[in-house]
Amino acid sequence: MRRFLDSDLFYSFRTSPVAVVSFIVAALLVLSAVFAPLVAPTNPFDPASLNLMNGFTAPMAPNDFTGESFFMGTDDQGRDVFSTILYGMRISLFVGFAAVLFAMVLGIFLGLLSGYVGGWTETIIMRAADVQLTFPSILVAMLIFGVAKGITPVEYRDQMAIWVLILAIGLSDWVQFARVVRGATLVEKSKDYVAAARLIGRSPLTIMLRHIMPNVLSPVLVIATISLALAIIAEATLSFLGVGAPPTQPSLGTLIRIGQGFLFSGEWWILLFPAATLLMLALSVNLLGDWLRDALNPRLK
Amino acid sequence: MSEPVLSIRNVTVDIPTRHGLFQPVRNVSYDIRPGEIRGVVGESGAGKSMTGNAVIGLLDPPARISEGEVWLNGRRIDDLDAEEKRAIRGKEIAMIFQDPLTSLNPLFTVGEQLVETIQLHLGLSAADAKKRAIELLDRVRIPNPEERFDQYPHQFSGGMRQRVVIALALCSEPSVIVADEPTTALDVSIQAQVLDLIKELARERQVGVILVTHDMGVIADTTDQVTVMYSGEVVEQGTTGQILGAPSHEYTKSLIAAVPRPQVKLKRFPQVSYGGRETTFKIEDLARNWTATQKSESGTLLKVDGLTKKFLSKGSLIPSRREYFTAVDNVSFDIKDGEVFGVVGESGSGKSTVARMIATLYDVDGGSASFDGQDITKLDKEGVSAYRRQIQMIFQDPYSSLNPRMKVGDIVTEPLLHHRLLPSGEVKPRVRELLDRVGLASDAHNKYPHEFSGGQRQRISIARALATQPRFLICDEPTSALDVSIQAQILNILKDLQEHLGLTMLFISHDLPVVRQMCDRVGVMRHGKLVEVAETSELFEAPKDPYTRELLSLMPKLEALSDEELKAQNLA
Repeated sequence: MRRFLDSDLFYSFRTSPVAVVSFIVAALLVLSAVFAPLVAPTNPFDPASLNLMNGFTAPMAPNDFTGESFFMGTDDQGRDVFSTILYGMRISLFVGFAAVLFAMVLGIFLGLLSGYVGGWTETIIMRAADVQLTFPSILVAMLIFGVAKGITPVEYRDQMAIWVLILAIGLSDWVQFARVVRGATLVEKSKDYVAAARLIGRSPLTIMLRHIMPNVLSPVLVIATISLALAIIAEATLSFLGVGAPPTQPSLGTLIRIGQGFLFSGEWWILLFPAATLLMLALSVNLLGDWLRDALNPRLK
Repeated sequence: MSEPVLSIRNVTVDIPTRHGLFQPVRNVSYDIRPGEIRGVVGESGAGKSMTGNAVIGLLDPPARISEGEVWLNGRRIDDLDAEEKRAIRGKEIAMIFQDPLTSLNPLFTVGEQLVETIQLHLGLSAADAKKRAIELLDRVRIPNPEERFDQYPHQFSGGMRQRVVIALALCSEPSVIVADEPTTALDVSIQAQVLDLIKELARERQVGVILVTHDMGVIADTTDQVTVMYSGEVVEQGTTGQILGAPSHEYTKSLIAAVPRPQVKLKRFPQVSYGGRETTFKIEDLARNWTATQKSESGTLLKVDGLTKKFLSKGSLIPSRREYFTAVDNVSFDIKDGEVFGVVGESGSGKSTVARMIATLYDVDGGSASFDGQDITKLDKEGVSAYRRQIQMIFQDPYSSLNPRMKVGDIVTEPLLHHRLLPSGEVKPRVRELLDRVGLASDAHNKYPHEFSGGQRQRISIARALATQPRFLICDEPTSALDVSIQAQILNILKDLQEHLGLTMLFISHDLPVVRQMCDRVGVMRHGKLVEVAETSELFEAPKDPYTRELLSLMPKLEALSDEELKAQNLA
């Protein structure tokens, strides 16, 4: 820990106001999402706690019928918008993290393999990556989502939806990890410590995972952070288009989709607050990723 | 004596860091007179390049000159603003950098770059500038300058490119040239030509030259005056003959004593320690634990016969259309048990490729190599594993040969665990013992490679190589990335290992004096072919092949160096 506090990375973090502020914002959002049951005033998914009479209450104003007042108002069903945002963010973050993790594991492995082994393996993997890149990632995600929906039984659809989302976003995102890892692997492979490991008699798999992988992880970390913001946005987009998280488990994107229906009837808060949360989350994570890229780039030092 | 063109007086450079003020250069003074070459010598980190950069105003902020003055032709230049410094730089002071690859712009022809510089500084018309550029190219002895004028830098070889850089430096008729390690990236034969050229031009045009180098041979061959620097300070300066022949400072003495000499083979390198950097190496203890000293029956450990390696230079789907470059062409030699066999040659001669083929890191395209009677080009998977246990390799670059993300202890443990050489309880003590034996502190195993200097890293490499108790050690330029005093330490370790453990070695180097000190027999390689194999003393005293003779004649002349320390060591 003391070594970390003394490191150049922490120093660069401490002296960058943008990094500190975006870290605080991101941390607050993530923590409040993780501890949503403790933070949220109501549980929006418990039908017993909902009162339809509370529907369309404006923020910070008492309801005409019940006299109750809500920090960010309520939606058409009388659900507290603040609480739905906290619970929705849980889904968004979970899908984002899981999708990036999936893309990262797949991308790192395929990147290491094509960089280290070379030859036909490399050609096949990297051509597949090129083909993948010619499709817009949202389209790929929708395609996977559609196919998955077709083959799962109706009663499991809502449960499966989240996992299909993760798979769909992850599969459309692995290419950049694979490309970066392949490039870094080609550089590391020619270094003498790899030759030394081969001379010891280590197997190619051990050399890839134990020797090369730890040395190619810093650019991966940067892409992962920036990808996280993109994955959260991708999830929101899919949910907004109606192919993502179901209304029974609404993510931020689902909330925005619900909210935009009421925008022109004057209930602006149902859309604004989820959208603003999404913006803050994506922006803070993105800025953190930008800072990390600069801090880890030796050329800018 | 004429007035100095450049005068550096008590210059100190400050770099404020978050760990406090760092002064890489402290209180440095020297003068350069017209036509004089001043060598600035010292080990890496001594502040010699930093001084040069400070003089021409190329310090990267936050580094700055905090004290002292720099005078050029009677004008003080260290306190000028950036714009005025820029005007002086290139016009009155020119620079020659180490790497001729990066100091020319690859997108412009050589001629365009020369003409641009000439027009900028001398304000000539385009036609006159071109005429002058061709004159300059001719002056730095580039053949067919008219034709070469329109070529791009990549069409020039390394030595040619460095000549173009020299021509560029001469464009503006500067009064001082700062040459920062101008020949370090070049082969010996080209180094000699470039140094001769610099010497000649300095005399002819009465230019003062600051020649920054770590190489004592270059100093002895080229310079008139020498400044010796150690950790940011000048320890001694004077005429070259005086400093090299009769050094008075302890550091200079130790530096000169550590330079390998081609004339005579020493048992060990003399080590005159300076600055408390001496570390001990307990070879006898290591020998006691050495169990694998078996001898081969025939007395010949490695027999290489007609070894050939081709690299693909133009790929094609159709095999008959592919073009190959022959890196190693029909090389044959034997290495006897317990012998140190040297391979010398210039860069690109295929010496490293030979080493890597013997280490089974490269596939062999032709010929065979047999180790202890067994053909290593036809080994199966288990055979390769068993063979690799008996050989180990020490690499050139200590910065890339250790995995930066692994602790030193784990690096040395890996071969022990992989080959299951010891019961698990004995691994840790054994690793500490190995690290201790190569002279590293007891807490070394818990640190990462970046916490060690180049020489210490090379010791870690040696510890790792010794972990499997190999019979055969391949050293691929093990000291060419190291300072001369560290080189002496590492070479002593290798000599001791060889002597006490009866290790057989393949020693690859481009440095002839080092080869003279290390090897029993030497093979000379050129363009992938082995041109001569002979006993070391025979090769150095009576070379047969014309190429060997040429290489030997290009060795820096070190007769000027004091051999006082050497004699003292050898008599003792």
